[in-house]
Amino acid sequence: MLLEVKDLYVEIDGQMILKGLNLQIDRGEVHAIMGPNGSGKSTLAKVLAGHPSYEVKKGEILYEGKDLLALEPDERAREGVFMAFQYPVEIPGVSNSQFLRLAYNEKMKHCGGEELDPLEFNDLLKEKAKTVEMDPSFFKRSVNEGFSGGEKKRNEILQMAVLDPKLAVLDETDSGLDIDALRIVSEGVNKLKSDENAIVLVTHYQRLLNYIVPDYVHVLADGKIVKEGGKELALELEEKGYDSFKAAGN
Amino acid sequence: MKAQAATIFDEAFRESIGDSAQPEWLVTLRREAFANFTQKGFPTTRDEEWKYTDVKAVASKPFAVGGANSEPSAVRSERFAVTGELIVAFVDGVFRRDLSVIDGLPDGVTIASFADSLDKEVLKANLSKIVEYDFNAFTALNTAFTENGVFIHVTKNVRVDKEIHVIFASTEERANFPRVLFVGDEGSEAELVEVFTRTSEARYLTNTVAEIVLEPNARLKHSRVQRESHKAFHIGVSKARLSKDSVYDATNINLGGKIARHDANLEFTGEGAEAWVDGLYLVEDGQHTDTHSRIDHTVKNCVSHQNYKGILDGKSRAVFNGKVFVHKDASGTDANQSNKNLLLSNDARVDTKPQLEIYNDDVKCAHGATVGQLEGEEMFYLLSRGLNEDLARNLLTYGFAEEIINKITVPSIKKELDEAVLNRLHARL
Ligand SMILES: Nc1ncnc2c1ncn2[C@@H]1O[C@H](COP(=O)(O)OP(=O)(O)OP(=O)(O)O)[C@@H](O)[C@H]1O
Ligand SMILES: [Mg+2]
Repeated sequence: MLLEVKDLYVEIDGQMILKGLNLQIDRGEVHAIMGPNGSGKSTLAKVLAGHPSYEVKKGEILYEGKDLLALEPDERAREGVFMAFQYPVEIPGVSNSQFLRLAYNEKMKHCGGEELDPLEFNDLLKEKAKTVEMDPSFFKRSVNEGFSGGEKKRNEILQMAVLDPKLAVLDETDSGLDIDALRIVSEGVNKLKSDENAIVLVTHYQRLLNYIVPDYVHVLADGKIVKEGGKELALELEEKGYDSFKAAGN
Repeated sequence: MKAQAATIFDEAFRESIGDSAQPEWLVTLRREAFANFTQKGFPTTRDEEWKYTDVKAVASKPFAVGGANSEPSAVRSERFAVTGELIVAFVDGVFRRDLSVIDGLPDGVTIASFADSLDKEVLKANLSKIVEYDFNAFTALNTAFTENGVFIHVTKNVRVDKEIHVIFASTEERANFPRVLFVGDEGSEAELVEVFTRTSEARYLTNTVAEIVLEPNARLKHSRVQRESHKAFHIGVSKARLSKDSVYDATNINLGGKIARHDANLEFTGEGAEAWVDGLYLVEDGQHTDTHSRIDHTVKNCVSHQNYKGILDGKSRAVFNGKVFVHKDASGTDANQSNKNLLLSNDARVDTKPQLEIYNDDVKCAHGATVGQLEGEEMFYLLSRGLNEDLARNLLTYGFAEEIINKITVPSIKKELDEAVLNRLHARL
């Protein structure tokens, strides 16, 4: 098992957000997590990535059989955990290529791979940018600064392509993308998908799941998984909404 | 205090003026300046302009004055040494022809020591006229010791296509009083880089003045990098006078000094001129840096930009006091001013005071100041991509300063600067 989340309770600012969440993800799988606004989807994603504001009150998370919560956020990243942010942060004054090369080299150092100098890395970056059809003019620009909503999302997937994670949690990467961009980015993600990694899609829309077809769909409501199924569950949700689950959650 | 301050330099002044073979007008100027200094004494924190910067330590112990016989190799091996450009070298405040590279200057360009230029009318007409000796006690002292300086004159419509580097290297404990006078005639264009640096961590005093005159349509890019020893005192004034349609772009980088003070001043005397007076101060444990700036819009339709950034680490202190005066005849003025500070430690302290004084209604002015810390969400973003905490901090700090650092385009200096800001990170960028 790549990831096991067991009976997870998470609090932020004294507010319990995740209340006994269970989830199992294996290599080669695509999971979709859907659920109403405020149900705790981003909370789960950030807890996996190690955001310091969230406090785990109970439960455990095993990643490759090891205690994920014992690792610092940067260690998790180097071990192959990646989260595409729902709201990517702007970093003024730091160029995309500088940033990505540092991240790439940190990971290489950790994995015993070869570190790249700026020229070598630029070649790699150009190659990776093709997966999401991103224009090289974005390399020199400051990370996400002045990027449109859709460009930021595309940039997240570029980072994923460069870092080649084992577990990628994409938090609403589809929102903000136009119709063509959604297709391009989805195709990019499909190319990055392998038997060795797992992808978790947090989304509100069935449309994304037409492109990246999930093996499992989970419904998260009020801090826990209230229903699980195959890809047809997403269609059902699209039709009926979350009302029945909200009631069940309460 | 006053009497004591004066005695420190009394003897040195008598010696210096006694040996001097300088023309009468300069000797008179120096005597007046010294009398002014003696009467004033060093400023105290009761003086509004020196409220946060206590210079008692400067006055506490006498310094040797005048040049030592420093080894030429000291400045050669010096980290800012650059080759193949125009170089004016000062070692311990003394102009060093042997270390300078000022041969084969293009027609219409003068770069010479004061000693070789005192007969020049342009020098006489401007020296101590842009920054008058009574500006403050240090200016008076510097003027009193006017011996070593560089006179740079670019005549009408001449463009100097190499940067002019003026390097002030200190090697030991003494007081140095170097000066720069730059005159850009109508339509001329040049780039001036001043670098203050050291070859050892000595306790010395650099007391310096730079006067800049830009005639109509002249353009000057002026970078000033202060990397003194962390035990040294650096007190400097730069002032530019801008005539009609001239353009002046200044970048002042302040990294060194135990106590450092820079006054970056500017006066518009002709319409349609535009200026940038930007800067960065970066201090760590035990350092105090003070930037005062005064921009005078005395005439119509001039534009001034000011963007200062500060990075403070450890137990350090910074002062930014920026005044923009829009005088009553200066309609059509466009002035903006910003000072942003990044505190990397809880022991650091910054006092920032941007001030606008406007005596005309037809103007466009904006100013602001901020003091903040590294953003938690930005940190997390970098960490979540596998950068360790030091790297993430350094990168964000660099990002904060980047727009100022990138104004420095001379590769050798840019590299040093990147390293200073990024510490070890540079090699990996
Ligand atoms: N600092 C905080 N203090 C209190 N409550 C918080 C804090 N931060 C987040 N929350 C709450 O946690 C809940 C879960 O938020 P989360 O972002 O995980 O929801 P989500 O499922 O991702 O929603 P969406 O679909 O809108 O993105 C929300 O009700 C939110 O208001
Ligand atoms: Mg969310």
